[in-house]
Amino acid sequence: MPLVKVDGVEIEVPQGATVLQACELAGKEIPRFCYHERLSIAGNCRMCLVEVKPGPPKPQASCALPAADKQEIFTNSPMVKNAREGIMEFLLINHPLDCPICDQGGECDLQDQSVAYGRGHSRYDENKRAVTEKYMGPIVKTVMTRCIQCTRCIRFAEEVSGVEEIGAIFRGEDMQITSYLENAVKSELSGNVVDLCPVGALTSKPYAFEARPWELRKTLTIDVMDAVGTNIRLDSRGRQVLRCVPRINEDVNEEWATDKTRHAIDGLVRRRLDKPYVRVNGKLVPATWDEAFAAIKAVNAGSSVAAVAGDLVDCETMYAAKALLAKMGSSLLEGRQTGMDYDATSIAAVNFNTTIAGTERADAILLVGTNLRWEAPLVNTRVRKAIKKGAKVFAIGPETDLTYKVEWLGDDLALLGALPEAVTEAFGKAERPMVIVGGGALKGGHAAALKLVDTLGLVKDGWNGFNVVHMAASRMGGLMLGYAQKGGIADVMGAKLGFFLGADEVDYSKFAGFKVFVGHHGDKGAAAADVILPGVTYAEKSGTWVNLEGRVQRGERAVFAPGDARDDWSIFRALSDTLGHTLPFDSFEGLREEMYADVPALRHQALATFEWNPPSLTGAGEGVLAGYPIKDFYLTNAICRASPTMQRCSAELLHGEDYAEAAE
Amino acid sequence: MAEAPKIPDEAETRARWGSFAWTDENQVKANEILGRYPKGREQSASIPLLDLAQRQVGAETQTQGWLPVPVIEFVARQISVPYMRVYEVVTFYTMFNLAPVGRFHVQVCGTTPCMLRGSDDVLAACKNRGLVKGGTTPDGMFTLTEVECLGTCANAPMVQINDDNFEDLDYDKTTEILEALANGGHPTPGPQFGRRASCPEGGPTSLKAMVDANHDYRGEWA
Repeated sequence: MPLVKVDGVEIEVPQGATVLQACELAGKEIPRFCYHERLSIAGNCRMCLVEVKPGPPKPQASCALPAADKQEIFTNSPMVKNAREGIMEFLLINHPLDCPICDQGGECDLQDQSVAYGRGHSRYDENKRAVTEKYMGPIVKTVMTRCIQCTRCIRFAEEVSGVEEIGAIFRGEDMQITSYLENAVKSELSGNVVDLCPVGALTSKPYAFEARPWELRKTLTIDVMDAVGTNIRLDSRGRQVLRCVPRINEDVNEEWATDKTRHAIDGLVRRRLDKPYVRVNGKLVPATWDEAFAAIKAVNAGSSVAAVAGDLVDCETMYAAKALLAKMGSSLLEGRQTGMDYDATSIAAVNFNTTIAGTERADAILLVGTNLRWEAPLVNTRVRKAIKKGAKVFAIGPETDLTYKVEWLGDDLALLGALPEAVTEAFGKAERPMVIVGGGALKGGHAAALKLVDTLGLVKDGWNGFNVVHMAASRMGGLMLGYAQKGGIADVMGAKLGFFLGADEVDYSKFAGFKVFVGHHGDKGAAAADVILPGVTYAEKSGTWVNLEGRVQRGERAVFAPGDARDDWSIFRALSDTLGHTLPFDSFEGLREEMYADVPALRHQALATFEWNPPSLTGAGEGVLAGYPIKDFYLTNAICRASPTMQRCSAELLHGEDYAEAAE
Repeated sequence: MAEAPKIPDEAETRARWGSFAWTDENQVKANEILGRYPKGREQSASIPLLDLAQRQVGAETQTQGWLPVPVIEFVARQISVPYMRVYEVVTFYTMFNLAPVGRFHVQVCGTTPCMLRGSDDVLAACKNRGLVKGGTTPDGMFTLTEVECLGTCANAPMVQINDDNFEDLDYDKTTEILEALANGGHPTPGPQFGRRASCPEGGPTSLKAMVDANHDYRGEWA
């Protein structure tokens, strides 16, 4: 381990560290634009210059220089100060002075660093360069004159998202960053280039001119658009969420978020249910809470009551419903809306056991009926990382573009029982083999996939390579709370009274009883309901979510719900009074205590451990996979269906509708 | 950009060039080029293949050739590289034309040594012959581009026309060459006043004794 001296302080740095990293370890701030921890090193902005001894008597780019033993690094010498001022002056030569109308203002690296390291004035007297705007799709707005050509966006597109559609064309002074032929970038992670851009060249199109960073209230919470549980920060002003950006969590999302996570938020203020409704003579009419509760009481369901959890709900909501049902004498709980009936007696058998971060370490991966790019895009990026480290990936299912090279084996689940030799050989050699079963293959393939644990040796000391990818944020929490019947949702369809917690994917024609929809968006569920009780979205409640690897995470409330909508748990608390089955908690904290007593694993914000004792299922893999469960990545739940941005993404990126820039 | 190439309409080029494929002769050459690089390193063949493609387009259109988008994509598919990566290469090198050029692509060097030696006269000759910077003459014969240093400074001023360099020019010689080309002639490339390569004008000026045979100068050192 090299021992270096940074500004006179000796420090030991890991082998292979760069000078920049050594300086950071020593607590020195090194300004930079092109360097980014998660991308390859480019070394083209020159902002990170430091003085290094021994070495040539000139400043050196610290980001691309390996730290060596007995090196002396100076980060505050006159040479370094001079170099930084010079680079800053060069960078600002062609940068427009349009900070007042730039969306990056207030959170701009160039702005901050020119204040901290710049000269304070420019000696440049010539005309500035101007570059035409480039079209990059519905998410990214470009003002390319501001670009300082750090190439972070190019490296992100190539290395992380795997969609190589961004590049630099022409050269020298004429160099321009653009998408290929100015087509929309067809990546579900394109929004991340907005965060990566150190200047205001790439900004968020839906958020354009909405707010300044200093007027936003920032709330830390958890994303519910998929089961990854991306850690997010909701930026709100007044009652509206204006922006969603990822937080750094190395175990879950690193620092990325999908476009759906970022931009479905404009659906939070559209198609909202803001007052209770009761169906009268076949039509839903607005009602008071008392009238709505009275209508439910009038059903007189006795113990024939069921609860179906939607994809977005938190554990607290599900627990409140479960508690009410328990009081009424029923345990008809189900969360798998679309009719899945896989065995959930052992949660480990339907868990992402390798963990999201662990995926990176796998050396042989078999994807079974999963379009990972859509079902869990941030797990997909981990698979890409594993491939970079040499992993081999096979897949069973209809061929689709996963952004990396996959050996497609076919789309028949019977293959699980008769894997080709290439697969068994690769897995035989693998130290950390991994099987990822998607929602599409759980029906008909769960038993056969579990058998692979033995035949391929997936479970060994310190490694569990059996994984199931869920697509709903509520799924793992629901399974832990018992939202699973043996026969799936068919088992609960006979109840006289049904509570549907934001369940929009249920086939309501099969439910003959009285339907109570507790949710926040006027979508399919609300349309079918007999009584609508307006609830709140993930942005308007504090809650607990468990992601697909069993990680218990909590989010905070960012804004208040519109109109008469109430926290879901308090709806059940109030309803329990009317029904005469008063629930034993009067506060959110009280509910949480009860919930922890019921499922202790939910108490701690950590990875829940599930004992590995898979059920002994019988049956070989059968059925041909015709497609994947997600048909349209951008329109998977009620919030994104209400979001104009997501509708546009779907129309333009998936259905090829042409949105010319001129139409704006 | 000062002289951005006027890239033709995409739909039209796709209709015209969408079915581009190697001719039998070029297929052999392309295979030979691909054979130069190890497996997994096909991207290295980008530049030679693009050059080959540009020449094939030139042969098909009776011009110096250019690279329509579908042809760039064809090359990218040949080497299994994302379109963007090959497009970047095409835009980076000025030898690849993004827009159609004429029968003769006249590239006049205007960098300092050539300028000091009279590239303005060369450009004037071109202008008086009807050539416009960045444009093609109406008869499709000439395309004029002013370029940066082409590395023939000792023989300045110079122009590169297609694959040949014409050096040591002045106004009249430039006009002569252009006339000859327009009339189907084949002017001799290289220096235009009879010297070989960049030998001194009017015969050797130093080491004269060594012109015919080796000569030991050491005894003459004072």
